[in-house]
Amino acid sequence: MKELALMMVGAALVNNVILARFLGLCSFMGVTTRIDTAAGMGMATTFVITVSSMADWAVQHYLLDAYGLGFLRTVTFILVIASAVQFTEMTIRKVSPSLFQMLGIYLPLITTNCAVLGVALLLVEGKLSFLASTLFAFASAAGYSLVMIIFAGLRERLALAQVPRLFAGPPIGFIVASLLAMAFMGFSGISTG
Amino acid sequence: MKTDYKTIVSDGLWSNNGVLSMLLGLCPAMAMTTSATNGFGMGLATAVVMAASSLLVALFRQRITQEIRIPVFILIVASMVTLVDLAMNAWMHELYKVLGLFIPLIVSNCLPLARLEAFAAKQPPLAALVDGLFMGIGFTLALTSVGAVREILGSGTLFADASLLLGPAFKAIEMRILPADMGVLMMILPPGGFLITGLMVVVKRLFDLRAGREIQMGGAHSAPA
Repeated sequence: MKELALMMVGAALVNNVILARFLGLCSFMGVTTRIDTAAGMGMATTFVITVSSMADWAVQHYLLDAYGLGFLRTVTFILVIASAVQFTEMTIRKVSPSLFQMLGIYLPLITTNCAVLGVALLLVEGKLSFLASTLFAFASAAGYSLVMIIFAGLRERLALAQVPRLFAGPPIGFIVASLLAMAFMGFSGISTG
Repeated sequence: MKTDYKTIVSDGLWSNNGVLSMLLGLCPAMAMTTSATNGFGMGLATAVVMAASSLLVALFRQRITQEIRIPVFILIVASMVTLVDLAMNAWMHELYKVLGLFIPLIVSNCLPLARLEAFAAKQPPLAALVDGLFMGIGFTLALTSVGAVREILGSGTLFADASLLLGPAFKAIEMRILPADMGVLMMILPPGGFLITGLMVVVKRLFDLRAGREIQMGGAHSAPA
């Protein structure tokens, strides 16, 4: 139990998907101009990452490993993820039409969010049990959402600041992200201590 | 319509550069640029995938219907990535071990998909091939230069381990710029990746400004992927 909890903290904070592993940077720079869209995107991505890693675990164990088809992993995983995104889209449309309206175009784009495929591939490398891999995926996704929301908050402030013309837009965003990554490096003590 | 290859080449290499102008494919651009050699290897793998999938999509562009084009594009890219993955595992194993996770992740790199959607799906095969190739080379140049800056500042070397990763012929380009204890470790750690990439975008804008060109402010932010 304690090991699982430590692993989850490690996945969410120490090895944060965005700031330490550099996954999902397109959405990190793209949809973080407002806190509410960043939070919605975070929630939808969390759902997709958790569902698709559960499905990918099953595919890896009962299909790819069982029949020695390891070389087809990339192709099958991206198909599983695309289906999971489609499933999420249908669920959200049914459960919460207002959230569906808000996320709009961003939903289908989760397919090409490398955080989703990246977490799935990390799990295969880690050779975890079903429970552990699901928790790992959920914790990674929660860390992703956390950083998305923090960064969106910073950028809402940044939009009001006077930035030199050369640095305006993405460059100052990168520099802010660099400071945020430095702050998150402070968590690295947790995993060992 | 005559295809203007000169514009395609200059777009890919400089004015529409994948990383520095369009801000696509950022994940490998930061994760794999801890050294110039890694950046070069990652860029090369992406360039091969981009050229091959652009050519394939352009060849089949009349048969791919509008409604299912995205899944078809993703499957074509995924097949090319699998081929590159297997080939690198077989013939460039050292580099394959370093790049690891980021080879399969070329599938969800936004840059190949963006070029397929914006260019290859509408153009003849040769133009698409040239576009994919030079977008890939531009990506390689950006990654190599970000990697070079980070490596010089971070560990004081340039193209370290090139002979190990790329082949013995590259022994000559391994260099030591700064003494071993002068490196700023932060530059190789994640914060340095964000910082140097941000500064490289500024440097590109500076060059564009000097040349009297309009600087691009937004990048690809209107279309996150």
